[in-house]
Amino acid sequence: MILHTVNRSPFDTNCLNDCLEMAAAGSSIILIEDGVYAALSKTQFTDQMLAALPKHNFYVLRPDLQARGIQDCIIDEIEAVDYSGFVTLCTELDKVVSWY
Amino acid sequence: MIFSLAVYGAPFSCQASDSAYQFACALLEQGHRLHRVFFYHDGVYNGSTLATPPQDERNIPTSWSQLAEEHELDLVICVAAGLRRGMLDATEADRYEKPAHNLEQGFTLSGLGQLVEAAMISDRMITFGN
Amino acid sequence: MTETTEQPAVNPKKLLFLNRKAPYGSSLPREALDAVLMASAFGQQVTLVFLGDGVFQLKTQQDPSEIEMKNFSKTFAALELYGVSSIFVEQSSLQKRGLTLDQLLIPAKLIQSHELTELLEEQDQVMSF
Repeated sequence: MILHTVNRSPFDTNCLNDCLEMAAAGSSIILIEDGVYAALSKTQFTDQMLAALPKHNFYVLRPDLQARGIQDCIIDEIEAVDYSGFVTLCTELDKVVSWY
Repeated sequence: MIFSLAVYGAPFSCQASDSAYQFACALLEQGHRLHRVFFYHDGVYNGSTLATPPQDERNIPTSWSQLAEEHELDLVICVAAGLRRGMLDATEADRYEKPAHNLEQGFTLSGLGQLVEAAMISDRMITFGN
Repeated sequence: MTETTEQPAVNPKKLLFLNRKAPYGSSLPREALDAVLMASAFGQQVTLVFLGDGVFQLKTQQDPSEIEMKNFSKTFAALELYGVSSIFVEQSSLQKRGLTLDQLLIPAKLIQSHELTELLEEQDQVMSF
């Protein structure tokens, strides 16, 4: 399976949409950089994320959340990982596809 | 596991270089091998030794250079993308009769084949774009 | 220039190049195409996919002469010379942008999003541009 990375805000670009459309059921998605805004729990994209949660394994990069001050505002079911966790995910999955 | 990274974002302009650098540190810490970091598109600016951020800010080219020295990394800047954007080593400066060169220690200019080769021999290729 | 043409002694890999940016506004599409040609010269199994704004790269009638840029679309003709024939355009991307296959400058195959999902899974590496 694939690990997808998304690094742009869903409010700004179509990256998240494209990724969600192409990601296979059961694949993993990590939100990094401005992609972390997709993990917010009270936005116009929250419903879309909640609907996608059963289909994919979602992760969000904790240092990028913290940098932006939104570590307490994200959807509970999305697991926050550090860079070490990001690397481990890359090793556990077959390949990485970047959406930017 | 063998990793290679492709960096397409300019340092100090977007987060791609910082993300790639943090990722590189984390994978080396875990004992994985970093076969190559290939800098392409605006990522070529990562190799500018003339980058002069204020002293209390991270210096991305210097950070790469130090990491490369510690772990004997292959930091490759695409020569075509680099020349276009004014990234020259002494040889290229001489060849094109330019008054200066600006490649940070630890970086080399080489062809796009190095990106393809990295994709061929690495277990994981991770792109950091913008 | 220290261009390497020496090929490493490993089996060909399935490399998919995923193109999502429009031409001219960014130089990434042109640089992606150079990488595609290089991968093919290295004997790899290259697949080229155009998704989202990437489909605009293939529009016929490109003429950047007035903005003094090189006509990047002409380089696509080299794909055939390099033997790159696995070229796909994602259907809904094309449709959403009001384009049809006959407005594209190279023969590309239409692909549905679920087929692209499978195609991504089959690759050894996916190179995003």
